[in-house]
Amino acid sequence: MNLDRTSLRELADGLRSREFSSVELTQAYLERAHHQNETLGCFITLDPERSLIQARAADQRLARAEGGPLTGIPVAHKDIFCTAGWLTTCGSRMLSNFVAPYDAHVITRFNEAGGVILGKTNMDEFAMGSSNETSFYGKVRNPWSLDHVPGGSSGGSAAAVAARLAPLATASDTGGSIRQPAALCGVSGIKPTYGRVSRYGMIAYASSLDQGGLMAPSAADLAWGLGIMADYDERDATSVARPEEDFFQDFERPLTGLRIGLPRQYFGSGVDADVAQAMEEALREYERLGAVRVDIDLPHSDLSVPVYYVLAPAEASSNLSRYDGVRYGWRAQQYGDLQEMIGRSRAEGFGAEVKRRILTGAYVLSQGYYDAYYLQAQRVRRLIQQDFLQAFEQCDVIMGPTTPTPAFPFGAKTEDPVQMYLSDIFTIGVNLAGLPAMSIPAGFGAQGLPLGLQLIGPHFGEARLLAVAHRYQQVTDWHRRVPVYAAAGERV
Amino acid sequence: MNWEMVIGLETHVQLATVSKMFSGSATAFGAPPNQQANEVDLALPGVLPVPNRQAVACAIRFGLAVGANIAPRSWFARKNYFYPDLPKGYQISQFELPIVQGGALEIEVEGVRHSVQLTRAHLEEDAGKSLHEDFHGRSGIDLNRAGTPLLEIVTEPVMRSAAEAVAYARMLHRLVTWIGICDGNMQEGSFRCDANVSVRPQGQTALGTRCEIKNLNSFRFLERAIQFEFARQVELLEGGGRVIQETRLYDPDRDETRSMRSKEDAQDYRYFPDPDLLPLCVDASWIESERAALPELPEALSQRLQHTLGLSAYDAGLLTASRAWAEYYLALLKEGAVDPKLCANWVTGELAAALKREGLEVAVSPVSSSQLAGLLARVQDGTLSGKLAKEVFDILWREGGVADAIIAAQGLSQMSDLAALEGVIDELMVQHPEQVAEFRGGKEKVFGFFVGRAMKATGGRANPAQLNELLRRKLAAV
Repeated sequence: MNLDRTSLRELADGLRSREFSSVELTQAYLERAHHQNETLGCFITLDPERSLIQARAADQRLARAEGGPLTGIPVAHKDIFCTAGWLTTCGSRMLSNFVAPYDAHVITRFNEAGGVILGKTNMDEFAMGSSNETSFYGKVRNPWSLDHVPGGSSGGSAAAVAARLAPLATASDTGGSIRQPAALCGVSGIKPTYGRVSRYGMIAYASSLDQGGLMAPSAADLAWGLGIMADYDERDATSVARPEEDFFQDFERPLTGLRIGLPRQYFGSGVDADVAQAMEEALREYERLGAVRVDIDLPHSDLSVPVYYVLAPAEASSNLSRYDGVRYGWRAQQYGDLQEMIGRSRAEGFGAEVKRRILTGAYVLSQGYYDAYYLQAQRVRRLIQQDFLQAFEQCDVIMGPTTPTPAFPFGAKTEDPVQMYLSDIFTIGVNLAGLPAMSIPAGFGAQGLPLGLQLIGPHFGEARLLAVAHRYQQVTDWHRRVPVYAAAGERV
Repeated sequence: MNWEMVIGLETHVQLATVSKMFSGSATAFGAPPNQQANEVDLALPGVLPVPNRQAVACAIRFGLAVGANIAPRSWFARKNYFYPDLPKGYQISQFELPIVQGGALEIEVEGVRHSVQLTRAHLEEDAGKSLHEDFHGRSGIDLNRAGTPLLEIVTEPVMRSAAEAVAYARMLHRLVTWIGICDGNMQEGSFRCDANVSVRPQGQTALGTRCEIKNLNSFRFLERAIQFEFARQVELLEGGGRVIQETRLYDPDRDETRSMRSKEDAQDYRYFPDPDLLPLCVDASWIESERAALPELPEALSQRLQHTLGLSAYDAGLLTASRAWAEYYLALLKEGAVDPKLCANWVTGELAAALKREGLEVAVSPVSSSQLAGLLARVQDGTLSGKLAKEVFDILWREGGVADAIIAAQGLSQMSDLAALEGVIDELMVQHPEQVAEFRGGKEKVFGFFVGRAMKATGGRANPAQLNELLRRKLAAV
């Protein structure tokens, strides 16, 4: 079996028919990860012994013809999910010694389904970044071009899936952290509706925006994984109780008459010519499948980046207050009194971007600034939500580029945070509105770097969204392309 | 110059819930350090709060009991500050839009009734405890208390004396224990007050600069701290100084308050709505079900005891001093058709004295309400005199049992056999002819002599009324 070209369904079939065991499959992936991690930097932690214990247990379940669709399949988890017995760093020095004593709900779901934890993937520190350059654990390289960024914050998960070091990876998305790296690495990614996936145990960046999701080569693989991941959890007060859903339910439904909304604001200047060209071709493909274009307006979308950079830092400044060196995590060696211990531990434990956002957040929440920044941003957030709700009266799905440009070289935007923030200009609105959205591969730019098509659906419209992506992937092969770098594809 | 004192109180009432405000940990007092702290209380990365429905119900019940408005939608907010025993680096509290808004509590001081207006009551979580002793230069942290649910009840600045403040605190204490939302244990910190005290010249309407005195966990400390603070501020002002707004701590050993931190180093708590929690929604049906579960409130019961049962204000006050006293008394009434006043006399008299003597709470009284009811039925129907009843009560107290059985076994019932009593009197008159003559000669005092002798002869079982009547008739007869 060629791991470069295998879908989750094929892996599951192979495991069930005993073509290969979970131990063999896990070992094959671990070997790839081991060989390529030094170059790609996808994983912060690999722990083959732990992985193989789970693989053996999965094999036993499979031998008894037990388990579910994911039993025995290795899954890479973003290092933002607390994983019992595993180092869980969130990309930060602050948690460089933190072995989680409990499982995030997402981890529990995958463990119970018989998934094998392949490793913990690299990420921007506390999910703050769009290039994976803020990780304390070194850069992740884009498998399509090693001197380009993979995107962020879920850069490790995206690069791991792109290089086929894992067939499925969990990730999280606060302002684009799944879709942007998925686009830049040429993989499929889904950020579900806010409340669809439990946030319990997913280390908080900005609570009202954070949502766990997945990356995989194809939409079908994502549907496979989302069936496991989506679950009501009473430990997360923002989790939404819904009847169980089959995310494949719309896969056979033709796209005839599907109304694709194209926001004027997503196709203006600032979008790279290659990106615009790829979008046009993707839309023509959809038209051939029976869909129709509808021009729509998201009049407040230019405010999404400023609104996000008020609200997300505000929440982050408070969410990250627990890292004080008192109970766990990094503690400074030298200090006088308690205040100094807390101050120094935080000064040493956090990187520059995290500090920048904590300071911004503390500022916008301060007395005298709260109304002008925080409250005002909340008001505009509601306007942005309204924009989307109105748009969905005219269309079934919104499409546009995931990012204005393909992956950029390392260091290109590190000196200018605002330029970095603007790379999420098309993805942030979705988080502010709590909507589900995907990014799927839609071609390559002149330099051979992947380009992503973003699909946005109405609340809890994941099944339709996945199906719309799937129909496109039936007639295109962008998602099957693997970077030359990793294309040597060992066989099991 | 005459100075007027202005006091507002903030009271932290620990809610009597099984688990914490936002986590499933137990709230019981006295566990070994950190044994009642789970991943949520420790604020591990990734954990989330979930509000405790029982705690919300307590807040609703309190709001109803003080006639406040229950907000159909309120918010939890984060109060951000760093402290080692505050694990998240913020406290989840309510800031704008608390769950309970307004309301009032009636108090009485030296016969004058006042209505203490409440500003608000809001839900929040407690912090942990820093332990500075026993660690040889290091500090310990105990997070058992972290996350314990509190209702913070805030008054308007409407009290004018330490006595009023103490009366309010006592009434509040009675109310929160009465409606079962707090165990009221002040030693364990279940009920603690912060007092905001300021002074102003008599007649001035503008408020003076206030000081907040923290963590007063007894009524006596509350009174002393306010008195000290009043004197301190007056002295300061009369000496030409001014009061600085600050937080002060009362030291009971020295009986003084001292500065903890001034407003200048007051922190900016950067309150904002907690994004981990949805708005707290309380619908009308929830409010109604809490209202239905609310017991008759102490003030209403006291009025009923006075106006329908005819008790004195004093007795009604004693019987509604706590839910346990009221429950005992009401249970006693329920047991049978015994005169409410007789019941009240016994509960506030004999029973209260016996309990006090032995240092017992009424809830664990050795003589149950049904036992006492059995005894009082025999008092009411004349079987027992007051004196005999006390004897039976003592036996019930010491040995238990049922009044009727004790009366029968000990032959304690009053003589209701008129013929037998007549015989006793006749015999006495034969034995004491001179005294009979004296009485008939107009010496009224001798009557008492015969009563005493008759009682002695009957072992105290003569019905005093019957004896009086019979004796008078016989002595008068020539």
